[in-house]
Amino acid sequence: MNKRKPEPTGRKFVKVCDILDRHGRKASRLVPILQAVQEEYRYLPEEVLTYVATALDVSPARVYGVATFYAHFAIQPKGKHLVRLCDGTACHVKDSVPILEAVRKRLGLEGKINTTQDMMFTVETVACLGACGLAPVMVIDDQVHGQMSPQSAVKLVEDVITKEAQ
Amino acid sequence: MSAQSNSNGANGSGQKPARRVIVCAGTGCVAGGANDVLQAFSQQIKAAGINVVTEFKPEQVDLRLNKSGCQGFCQMGPLVTILPDGILYNKVKVADVPEIIAKTLVEGQAVERLLYVDPATKKRCRGTGEIPFYQRQQRFVLKNCGTIDPECIQEYIHNGGYAAARKAYSKMTPEQIVQEITKSGLRGRGGGGFPTGRKWEAARVQNNPKKYVICNADEGDPGAFMNRSVMEGNPHSVLEGLMIAARAIGADETLIYVRTEYPLAVHRMKQAVEDARKAGFLGDNAFGTGKPLSCEVMEGAGAFVCGEETAMIASIEGQRGMPRPKPPFPAQSGLWGKPTIINNVETLAHVVRIINEGADSFRKLGTAASPGTKTFALTGHVANTGLVEVPFGTTLRDIVMKVGGGVTDRRGKISADGFKAVQIGGPSGGCLTREHLDLPMDYDSLRSAGAMVGSGGLVAMNQKTCMVSIARFFMDFTQRESCGKCVLCREGTRQMLALLDDIIEGRATGETLDLLQKLAVAVQKGSLCGLGKTAPNPVLSTMRYFREEYDAHVHHKYCPTGQCKALAKPSIDPAKCKGCTACARKCPVGAISGEKKQPHVIDQGKCIVCGACADTCKFEAVVGV
Repeated sequence: MNKRKPEPTGRKFVKVCDILDRHGRKASRLVPILQAVQEEYRYLPEEVLTYVATALDVSPARVYGVATFYAHFAIQPKGKHLVRLCDGTACHVKDSVPILEAVRKRLGLEGKINTTQDMMFTVETVACLGACGLAPVMVIDDQVHGQMSPQSAVKLVEDVITKEAQ
Repeated sequence: MSAQSNSNGANGSGQKPARRVIVCAGTGCVAGGANDVLQAFSQQIKAAGINVVTEFKPEQVDLRLNKSGCQGFCQMGPLVTILPDGILYNKVKVADVPEIIAKTLVEGQAVERLLYVDPATKKRCRGTGEIPFYQRQQRFVLKNCGTIDPECIQEYIHNGGYAAARKAYSKMTPEQIVQEITKSGLRGRGGGGFPTGRKWEAARVQNNPKKYVICNADEGDPGAFMNRSVMEGNPHSVLEGLMIAARAIGADETLIYVRTEYPLAVHRMKQAVEDARKAGFLGDNAFGTGKPLSCEVMEGAGAFVCGEETAMIASIEGQRGMPRPKPPFPAQSGLWGKPTIINNVETLAHVVRIINEGADSFRKLGTAASPGTKTFALTGHVANTGLVEVPFGTTLRDIVMKVGGGVTDRRGKISADGFKAVQIGGPSGGCLTREHLDLPMDYDSLRSAGAMVGSGGLVAMNQKTCMVSIARFFMDFTQRESCGKCVLCREGTRQMLALLDDIIEGRATGETLDLLQKLAVAVQKGSLCGLGKTAPNPVLSTMRYFREEYDAHVHHKYCPTGQCKALAKPSIDPAKCKGCTACARKCPVGAISGEKKQPHVIDQGKCIVCGACADTCKFEAVVGV
C-alpha cells in the first residue's frame, strides 16, 4: 500500500455516508455501494471498506471478500489515466498481446506491476468490451479506440503524456 | 430489411414521408467519432436552411435527424443511413458531412465514395439491400436497431411497441402466455438452450405471492456482443419481454443485470426503464391492471461466473458471485428464496414477437427443434465482422463465407483457402473445422460436434492461428474466472493451464497430453456449474480436431504457425531481404538492425515475436512468425 497517501479524512467519510444512505444502508446493496465508492475514490481504500462493514453491520471479511471477488473492484489505487486493453477472443486473435507488451514497455511496467510509479497510468486487460468489430480495441479513460496496432497504441499513450506535460 | 416500412413518420394525409438521417451511435461507431458526426449534421443542416427535427414527431417535417443504436456492422462505422433513399454511408467523418448535405439531402444523389465496397466483387453498394452482409440475414431481434432512436419511447410505441405487453396484460391469462411460449419452442439464447416455456411454467405454478424475473444481460463471453447491441439499439424490446415474463409467472419485481463493461447499454436501459415508468407501463398500476410492477437496472462488477443463474442471484443479494447446487432450481427458490426466472436479453426480445405474431409464425423459421432466428457475433479473421441474425439451421459456410465475405489473411485480404476453424460459444464452446462447414447451426447439431451455440460468439480463424495457443487463451480465461468453490474447477483449470504452458513453452513430453486429457474429463465431472463443466471444452475440442498441431509442439518443439513465442524463431531470409529498413522502423522494440540496402538481422534477445516486421515486409523475407 502507498503509505505516503493521506488517510481518508472526515470529509471523505461524509461522501461514504451519502452513498450508504442512498442505498438504505442495506447489506444486500453491497455491490452497488462498493461501485459508488469506487466511482468516488477510483479504488476501494481499506479504511473505507472497514467503515462500510461497520455501517452495514456485517463483518469486514464479508466486505473484503466481495471487494476482491469482482474484477471491477480495485484494492490498490489506480493511476490518473486508465488504459484498458481488450483481450477478448476477437481482439486476441487479432494480436492484442503485442499491443499490451508495447504499451507496458513504453510505460516501463514490468512483472506484475500495472501502475506507473508516478501514479500517472494504470494498464489493465479486460475480457471483452463488446466492440469486437473494431478489434483490437484499447480504451483510455473511457474513450474507445479501435483497430489498434502496437505503434498506434503507443502513440495514443504518448499523446496523453504530452498533454500532461503541458 | 423492412426499414422503409417503419417509422418514416405518420403523415397521415398522404404527404411524402420525411427524409431521415440516422447516425449510428453504438459503442463501435462512437469510438469512430459518431457523436461529432451527429453534431456536425445538426449544425450544418440547419445552416443549409432545411427544416429539421431531432425528436420523434409524427407531423410533417422536411427532415428528421436522429441517432440509432448499434446495427452490428461496427467495423465500417461510423454509419449514416439516409431514408427513404435507402443509402448507407460508412466510415463517415465530420469532413464528409457538407458533401452529404449538398449532394444527398439537397440533390438526392448518393456520395459514391462513402458507399460500402463489397470486398469480393469490388462493387459499390448503395444500401443494406445490396450489401451481402445484410442480404442474407433475416433480422427480427435486430430489425429496429439502427433505425429507431433508442432513447425515444414514443418512436418504439409508434412502431408497434408495447402492444405485446398490453395484450399479455389485458387479453391473456398467465397460462395462455406460457402456453404460447411453450408452443413456439423458444429456447434460451444465452447458452444452454433450455426451453423457455418450461422454465416459465415451473415458476408460474409456484404458489408464492412474491416472484422475480431477472434479465441476464451479463454478456461475459469474450467475442459476443449481441446483447450489448440490442440494449443499445432497442432497449424497450428487452424491457417489454421482461414485462411479459413477469405477467406470465406472476412477478411484480424485475431486474436487469447488465455488465459494467457496457456503460452505454447501462445508460440506455436505465433511460428505457425511466420512460416506461413515466408512460405507466411500470409503477403501481402497470398497464391499468391495478397491480404494481417494478424494474431495476443493476450493474455487474466484472465476474464472468455471474452469468450463471445462481451466481447472479448471489451477486444481486450482495454476496460473492458463487453458484450453488441445483435443485432447488431458481424457478422454485431463487432470489431471496422466492421463485425466480432468469432469461437472456435476446430470449426476451424474441418473446415480444411471439406474443405479437403467434407461436406458429415464430416456428416458420429455423428447425423443428431449434425454431426462430439466432444472432451470432461474427468476428476474427473475416472480411465482414459484425452481428449476423440468421434462422437456426443456416450452415456455417453461409455465415462465414457469404455473410462474413470469406476468411482474411494477416494483411486483411480475403484468402480462398484461409479458413482454418471457428471457435463457437466462447470459453464454454469448441471449435469447428473445415469438415463442419456444411453443418447446420442449431443447438443439437453443434452439441453432437462437441461445440455449443453458447451465447453465439463466432470467432473465425485463419491458417496463421495456433490452435494450442487458442486453447490456452480460453483456459487462462476460465482459470481466472473460476469462482474457486469447486476444487476441480479451481485447481484443475490451473493445472490444465500449466500443462498448456508446458506445451507452448517447449517443456512438454508425451505424458503431458495424456494428463491434460484425463484432467479435462475430471474437471468436467467434478464441477458444479456450467463454467467448470464446460471449461475443458476448448482444450478437448482442439485436441480432437488439431491433434497434429499438439504433436508438433510436444514432440518436435515447433509451432507451425509461429505464434507460440518459445517455439517460433522469426528470422530474415538474407536472400530475399532488400535492406529497405521498413521492418527496422516498424519494430516496436528496436530488435531489427542492419545497414541500408544490406540484409537485416533480428536480435532474438530483444524480439517480442509480434510479427510487425512480417506484416511490413513487402518481399516476404521475414519467416517463422
